[in-house]
Amino acid sequence: MGTDPSVKVSASDRPGKRRGERKRIISISVMVTFVLGIVFAGVFNVALDWTNQEEFCLFCHEMKDNVYREYQTTIHYTNRTGVRAVCADCHVPREFVPKLIRKVKAAKEVWHKILGTIDTPEKFAEYRPVIAQNEWKRMKDNNSQECRNCHDPKFFDFSQQGYRSVNQHQVGLLAKGQACIDCHKGVAHRLPRLDQGVNLADPTGISLEIFRPPVPAKETPLTGETTTESAK
Amino acid sequence: MKKRFFAIVPATVLATGLMLLTGVSQASDDGGLATLRGAPVSASEKSPTGDGLKKAIETEPVERNYLDQPPVISHAIDDYRITKDANKCLDCHSVENYKKEKATRVSKTHFEAYDGKTLANVSSRRQFCTQCHIPQTDAKPLVPNTFQHAK
Ligand code: HEC
Ligand code: HEC
Ligand code: HEC
Ligand code: HEC
Ligand code: HEC
Repeated sequence: MGTDPSVKVSASDRPGKRRGERKRIISISVMVTFVLGIVFAGVFNVALDWTNQEEFCLFCHEMKDNVYREYQTTIHYTNRTGVRAVCADCHVPREFVPKLIRKVKAAKEVWHKILGTIDTPEKFAEYRPVIAQNEWKRMKDNNSQECRNCHDPKFFDFSQQGYRSVNQHQVGLLAKGQACIDCHKGVAHRLPRLDQGVNLADPTGISLEIFRPPVPAKETPLTGETTTESAK
Repeated sequence: MKKRFFAIVPATVLATGLMLLTGVSQASDDGGLATLRGAPVSASEKSPTGDGLKKAIETEPVERNYLDQPPVISHAIDDYRITKDANKCLDCHSVENYKKEKATRVSKTHFEAYDGKTLANVSSRRQFCTQCHIPQTDAKPLVPNTFQHAK
């Protein structure tokens, strides 16, 4: 091969070499795609996280004038130790896929921002029951994973908690496997209108069955395990 | 430099004298009135010093001092909001929830409406619980008194 001067065969045309070259191209492109993928996912994630900042949420006056004001008086905004929970800590899952799903759903919120669905305090109050119930449902379905990212019931020191907390946590949380949100609604904001039967039953308010969902009947052993398992 | 110093001294003396004079005349304007903490009535109230804000204590229900006393709240109520829409207290003390929460049930007197009729549930007269009920702290009385609770 390659000895006949009239037939010019370049080194790269040799079959063996060609196969090697193709392999190299494939592996390089795989590597490039891989690296690009990582870079893209990284940049994407950074972009997502950028929209998780407290400042981002407060771009919208709908958030700043309503829920933010209410949250400012609560323990998650200011407390003895200065460890805080900002909007995204409670409202955006930390895990990548659930975070992505939540962010895609937020497209609807952007749409309603453009429509001005809640752009006055009155409209906000009118829609609060709907938005609040969406959030309760989400926090119920994921067993209040966002709360658990910071508060792990396995490490609750019952000797330090108040006796009302101990009573409810040992029974409702650990034994019956209720989600945090079943009992801790309205931790960060004002509650929507409830039907608490003051004076008369109030059909415009959220019923007790939704606000305080019935406790599951089954008794599980007094460990944190059952509650964390159902989260997965 | 020295000159200015000598000008400042009489000025300060004069100012202090004036302040003292007006202070005295203010005190005599109170017409014999005094505040509970002994400060002149016209003085702006001093913020309490020493042990700062008292935290509510979480205990068993506190003994009542007289018949029909609104019981003091035996737990902290930080972040428990009462609005026209929702009442956090009723979340535990209502007829529906008190058992589950091991809380005291609101008493029947709380069912009475403005017109004296008894309702089936809490009346809006009692919506704002903290009008009458306050958390218990271990604060010492600001002024000594001789109150003794009914036996
Ligand atoms: C980013 C971390 C974080 C997240 C997420 C979080 N918390 Fe907290 N939580 C805290 C911190 C910090 C405190 C204050 C601790 C302190 O200073 O005593 C706190 C305090 C509390 C308290 C005590 C209130 C009191 O008055 O003593 C409750 C109840 C609570 N959180 C419930 C929740 C619930 C329910 C969720 C989910 C919706 C949640 N938290 C999500 C960090 C978090
Ligand atoms: C069965 C109802 C119930 C469930 C479920 C529940 N809690 Fe609580 N929790 C209470 C009650 C009642 C209190 C005490 C009263 C209060 O603070 O409102 C309390 C108090 C607390 C406190 C303050 C403790 C103290 O004494 O200082 C924290 C923190 C807390 N809960 C976090 C959580 C988290 C996180 C979850 C979910 C993993 C959870 N709770 C689930 C009922 C519940
Ligand atoms: C400690 C967790 C926590 C933090 C921090 C938090 N939220 Fe919420 N948020 C909730 C819960 C729980 C609900 C569901 C309704 C309820 O129980 O009050 C909710 C509901 C909402 C709603 C629906 C309307 C309503 O009031 O029910 C909006 C909007 C909202 N949050 C925005 C924000 C914004 C903006 C921030 C940051 C300034 C923030 N949240 C911080 C827990 C939190
Ligand atoms: C998380 C549930 C919960 C909430 C919310 C709550 N309480 Fe309580 N409260 C209790 C429990 C439990 C007791 C103790 C009852 C006992 O041990 O007998 C109690 C005790 C009391 C007592 C003393 C009763 C007595 O017989 O001496 C009063 C008064 C009271 N609460 C008022 C209030 C008010 C007012 C609010 C709202 C600002 C409120 N509570 C919110 C659970 C709650
Ligand atoms: C107008 C003043 C007033 C208001 C407002 C009020 N209470 Fe009372 N409350 C009383 C008085 C007085 C008593 C003691 C006499 C009695 O039992 O009626 C009492 C007793 C109680 C008791 C003890 C009942 C018992 O059987 O020992 C509880 C619990 C209670 N109140 C809870 C509440 C709650 C929760 C609210 C808000 C929804 C509220 N109160 C609003 C005046 C008030």
